[in-house]
Amino acid sequence: MAAQMSDAHRRFLQVLMSHGIMEGAEARKLHRHCCEISKVYCAQDKLDDFVSTINNQLQPLFMQIRKGMSEVDGRTHYALVNMAETEITKMASDYAENELELFRKTMDLIILSENGFASSTDILNCADQLKSKKMKKKEAEQVLKIFVDDKWLSERDGEYTLHTRCIIEMEQYILRTYPDIAKKCNICHSLAIQSQACETCGTGIHLPCIGKYFKTQSKPRCPQCNDFWPYEIPGTK
Amino acid sequence: MSQRKRSRGSGLTQGDDEDFSVVPTQSPSQVQRNLESRSQEEIDRKVTELVQFLLVKDQKKIPIKRVDILKKVIREYKDVYSEIVNRAGRTLQQVFGLQMVEIDTKHHIYILTSTLPRVEGENLKQDIQTAKLGLLIVILSFIFMKGNSAKDSAVWEFLRRLRLNPGEKHKVFGDVKKLVMEEFVRQKYLEITPIPLTDPPEFNFQWGPRAAKETSKKDILSFVAKVGAYGGSPFFFFFFFFFFFFGGGGAEGRP
Repeated sequence: MAAQMSDAHRRFLQVLMSHGIMEGAEARKLHRHCCEISKVYCAQDKLDDFVSTINNQLQPLFMQIRKGMSEVDGRTHYALVNMAETEITKMASDYAENELELFRKTMDLIILSENGFASSTDILNCADQLKSKKMKKKEAEQVLKIFVDDKWLSERDGEYTLHTRCIIEMEQYILRTYPDIAKKCNICHSLAIQSQACETCGTGIHLPCIGKYFKTQSKPRCPQCNDFWPYEIPGTK
Repeated sequence: MSQRKRSRGSGLTQGDDEDFSVVPTQSPSQVQRNLESRSQEEIDRKVTELVQFLLVKDQKKIPIKRVDILKKVIREYKDVYSEIVNRAGRTLQQVFGLQMVEIDTKHHIYILTSTLPRVEGENLKQDIQTAKLGLLIVILSFIFMKGNSAKDSAVWEFLRRLRLNPGEKHKVFGDVKKLVMEEFVRQKYLEITPIPLTDPPEFNFQWGPRAAKETSKKDILSFVAKVGAYGGSPFFFFFFFFFFFFGGGGAEGRP
């Protein structure tokens, strides 16, 4: 059943690699485009099979095209990730040691936070306590901008959270490294960085998952402990 | 472990792990013997590491030096260097449709290029990266020609002649002013410092630390010298640059 690797697959991979991550609709458009260019039959709605063929080749290289959901809009995204066991391997060849250390500290702050965001102030305060090589605040600001550009972090109103691409790539690493703190969404069972949590039992749910789950309920209740869900349901304004 | 062997021609001994600037020349039978002393798994692992290393560097448009390949990836497997590189090359071609191209034969510096036929308007992000790099090199050349430092008014006047206006939204670059004054500065290609006691404020443009590392002034000078033959018009400057640095690839010829 596994198809042969063709120029259509290679072209898709080159483009996806240059973006790092792509939204589902964009990826399907790219799939059609690549097949057209290489004059290969494009099986509609068979993007996942197409991706499997590529993944077979990527597997010995510890790389993979992985699907994941954006915590912001709930849409499916495709990301090219590094699956090597050592942490942050792909990042490691891109950044200096103190930059990586700043990223790890930022990740700590984000995961330990209530809402999945770390303030720029808190992150910059870490900058001159770095063990590897201290960083001035101005330099740290630049490094943060680079992390945003490279899609490891997302920025909103001066606060930082993990980019969808980062979550897709580092999900296993995060669940392993922060075993008691990192939350899994009660509905879709994937890592949840931003979430709403039940006040009674602490169960967390992704915002888009809440929207989907509570759509049919008139009185929203926690799926875990059945207590009244106190927050505004996203998407029902 | 491996015996000390004298390789032909280069006079280097293979036991010398500190010297990463030279790869020992070897006969095919020597390579074969070296291969046999390593397990298939070890070689596979090194090939994978090299492929990942090359991809990461190339995504950032950082040319890859052989010295770095040897020091950071190959290390003690120097004796089977050619085998690892060949296999990495085959993997790059088979899986990604990419190949290693040597852009500097003296210092052995490589980039990855696509072996797939180029298509207009696709790979949008890559094309934008290339165009940005082009613009950057033109600005660096201008600064260099001005004696390593140029006033912002001079730089913008120069760019205006290339139809790049700071106030307008450019088809490829978008907000040119933001690109030059924020992105290039953030990436440490340019250093822009305010000139004190100027009103309205004026700025000084210089090469940033990354520019100095990734390009040599000698490279820029040789580029500028070639353009000089065309009368130094900035339009030709820009146009010529693309052929000089990025070639035509395929149908278009090289200068």
